[in-house]
Amino acid sequence: MKRGFTILAFVTAVLLCFALYEALIVAPTEQTMGNVQRIFYYHVPSAWTAFLLFLINFVSSIVYLIRRNTKADILALVTAEVGVVFCTVVLITGPIWARPVWGIWWAPGDIRLTTTLVLWLIYISYLVVRRFSTSGKTPVIAAVVAIFGALDVPLVYFSIWFFRTQHPSPVIGDGGALDPRMAHVLLINWAAFLCLGWLFCWTRYRLEFLKREVEEAQALESLMEVRR
Amino acid sequence: MNPMHYLYAAYIATWVIHGTYLGILVRKYSRVRREMESLRK
Repeated sequence: MKRGFTILAFVTAVLLCFALYEALIVAPTEQTMGNVQRIFYYHVPSAWTAFLLFLINFVSSIVYLIRRNTKADILALVTAEVGVVFCTVVLITGPIWARPVWGIWWAPGDIRLTTTLVLWLIYISYLVVRRFSTSGKTPVIAAVVAIFGALDVPLVYFSIWFFRTQHPSPVIGDGGALDPRMAHVLLINWAAFLCLGWLFCWTRYRLEFLKREVEEAQALESLMEVRR
Repeated sequence: MNPMHYLYAAYIATWVIHGTYLGILVRKYSRVRREMESLRK
């Protein structure tokens, strides 16, 4: 287990360095936006990673509600937390890209931007519930919040298909016309961020597991002291 | 402002966010380790 973690940490570090090199040096410069377009290599993979983590959170929450499985509960908490980190990157890098390209930091009322902000706020609320609620029903309440929160993910993703928005159109798949060299760099960056997300989740999962063990041991110790 | 500054700002912001989260994890981990040590005593 420890060896697997070390290997993942090493692979992640190498991939992140390589992805940075590809994004800054190898990827061709976009003709209209220039070098600012390179923000896209961090912005888009972070968004995809966040969506994937929120999807895992959604599935784990359903599993928890059906089976009351502790591991599913921990996985839901971990993926929500790491997903918020990646979603924060999306919400910070987006406006930094928008300022020189659109001339504004934020387009108020734009559906893609608004739904992404709402998604972030939903998962922040989820984490606040998990952190401060002292009720024994907290995992159940959190799982329900997570299921409703996950409904926003397809809305964010497909909003550029169904609504008029200032946000750029999809770059990959239907309607996407991305230069193959840029697509290659984008996928390398996504692989690197996926590994980083996995590494964060692994660490956080282990940490939460240990924390719960310590809490159980402390509760047992105080119970024994009361009996004495 | 030079467009390159926006590029650097976005990349630095990304790494600051990830670095901060990593720092939070390390701090939490050492707190749990301390609690485990005190339980062993």
